[in-house]
Amino acid sequence: MAVPGSASEVMVGPPASQVGFLGWMRRNLFSNIWNTLLTVACLYLLVMLVPPAFDWLILKAVWSEAPPETCRAAEGACWAFIREKHRVILFGRYPFDEHWRPLLGICILLTMVMVSCFRRFWRPWIALIWVGGLFGFFALMWGGDIAVNYRTVAVLAGIAVLGVSFSRRAIASNLRSLFLGIAALLLILGIGGGSVLRGLDSLLGFVGAGPIFAGLDGVLFSIPLGLSYVPTSLWGGLPLTLLLSIVGIVVAFPVAILLALGRRSNMPLIRTVCIAYIELIRGVPLISLLFVASFLLPLFLPRGVEINDLARAQVAIILFSAAYLAEVIRGGLQAIPRGQFEAADALGLGYWQKMGKIVLPQAITIVIPPIVNTFIGLFKDTSLVSIVSLTDLLLATKDIAIADVNWRSFYAEGYIFVALIYFVFCFFMSKYSQYLETQFETGRRRRR
Amino acid sequence: MSDKDIGTMGIIEMRGVDKWYGQFHVLKNINLDVKSKEKIVICGPSGSGKSTLIRCINRLEEHQKGQIVVDGVELTNDLKHIEQIRREVGMVFQHFNLFPHMTVLENLSLAPIWVRKMPKAEAEERAMQMLNRVQIAEQAKKYPGQLSGGQQQRVAIARSLCMNPKIMLFDEPTSALDPEMIKEVLDVMIELAREGMTMLCVTHEMGFAKMVADRVIFMDKGEIIEQNDPHNFFDNPQSDRTKLFLSQILGH
Repeated sequence: MAVPGSASEVMVGPPASQVGFLGWMRRNLFSNIWNTLLTVACLYLLVMLVPPAFDWLILKAVWSEAPPETCRAAEGACWAFIREKHRVILFGRYPFDEHWRPLLGICILLTMVMVSCFRRFWRPWIALIWVGGLFGFFALMWGGDIAVNYRTVAVLAGIAVLGVSFSRRAIASNLRSLFLGIAALLLILGIGGGSVLRGLDSLLGFVGAGPIFAGLDGVLFSIPLGLSYVPTSLWGGLPLTLLLSIVGIVVAFPVAILLALGRRSNMPLIRTVCIAYIELIRGVPLISLLFVASFLLPLFLPRGVEINDLARAQVAIILFSAAYLAEVIRGGLQAIPRGQFEAADALGLGYWQKMGKIVLPQAITIVIPPIVNTFIGLFKDTSLVSIVSLTDLLLATKDIAIADVNWRSFYAEGYIFVALIYFVFCFFMSKYSQYLETQFETGRRRRR
Repeated sequence: MSDKDIGTMGIIEMRGVDKWYGQFHVLKNINLDVKSKEKIVICGPSGSGKSTLIRCINRLEEHQKGQIVVDGVELTNDLKHIEQIRREVGMVFQHFNLFPHMTVLENLSLAPIWVRKMPKAEAEERAMQMLNRVQIAEQAKKYPGQLSGGQQQRVAIARSLCMNPKIMLFDEPTSALDPEMIKEVLDVMIELAREGMTMLCVTHEMGFAKMVADRVIFMDKGEIIEQNDPHNFFDNPQSDRTKLFLSQILGH
């Protein structure tokens, strides 16, 4: 019984040892003997490492523009090296006077990505931003004249038909597959163009088809851009790394969804093909895929067919990541209770409606962390394209910046600089994944 | 319900239906005719095949022998037939199976928009009507996880009704509910029965059966053992297995 004035009526707070900074330390750092030992050991390491690192990185470092000799005399890091070489690290072998073009290219790519990060922009029209952005990027990087031929027209028409076929009410659903077929045909003709058909011609030897299709490559008219032409072999540095990883992510994701659905399909043929693909690709390292794409594939292609180096590396990255991503997404699919499928079935939803509206939105939400994990891996794996002589960020640092005889001893600074660039992008992805989780978590927390 | 409410037209016909799970014979030679507007309650011990029976009607389970005709369409492997039947047959599940990533309103308007190709505004208007009918309109903007079990099940019923089905299947709709929520769901089902819906309910709610059913079916080990109108079924069961079952569920 609480008697007025007795102790039980007075508000009793927790003891001082449990609250405030001291309480926090006691609970988290010194809760038992092992914890205390660990805390002391960590403190010792920090004291040993941090001050010298701070000295080298900042206090004793050469920050101003300076010749290599000054750096050698100094005890700290040589940031003068980065000042001198940052442009070749960032842009590789791209012509020095034209560096504004890849810089603008990076801005275009990053703007596209930033816009796509906001959930409220997840509307069909965002595809237009991507098509336009990538077109702008390539126009800038390549320069020269934009030659408009039948292939370009076919690609544009293909994209347009694709867009129409996905608009909900524009067409009845049984027409959709027809539209999709037309779009696919246009895109294959446009992208593969004369070379694919000429290749077929030289393989199969039905004479006469070649010249007809070669007409596809005929230039209708060209738009001069007023920029000098820069072939992809000179592209390099950050724009290359960003292009490979962004296009890699954007294309690999839908491919992975299809693979994951295919692996769970009831149709034995589709299931077998998907399983075979996933297991085969996962069974080999990315390096070997890049190698095959760059050096072996040309040997097997028929005469007259050439595929750009960059495109080959890009395709290898997409095929590789899609296989890993497919397994991640399959994990999410398996976490969806059977009742969800049954409810969708019972309402009469078709397969794609059931997957697109009910199953995938839930499945992908569950596996956001491992998906982003795969994306981060893909981003860093793009550095492997250096073995097929594409000058990505890392190779530009190693082979152009550090290869300079005068600055050779400052490789550590060079690698720290690229590491920082990689870190910024990976950290952004990691943070964005947390943002997405909280975005979708709201729905889930309500579920209890 | 009196007999004169029931239509004379058969809406579901099952002829010699057999189903196995592997070696296990779940449904044995099932013959069942359901007339339009008829209300049937199916009961029986667990594992007797009663859920499997009604799940065969909208092809959530595939039967391996015999013939099932729903609303004039035979259930075969033809996807068109299956989708056609599913549009006309609503189903309510034991665990509600609402879509947790969508609001109540989105849950309700999804199928009318995508399956019936109804304009969004019309589908949402219809959804609100159905929510009113199950007396839960004020929860339209919430997510399923924010509702109680009884409310969720009423939303699930409303979701089926939005498709304007000719037949409603109920698969133990009250078994996963806390006792105090069972009544609110049964009230909605009774109301639905009064309005003349064709209903097949797998349930152990014998009060509901007595009040609403035109016919009670007792199943055991994959067979229909006995069927009768509720009065005769409860007061004058014919088979020993039925007597045993009734004594077990009504005994205390």
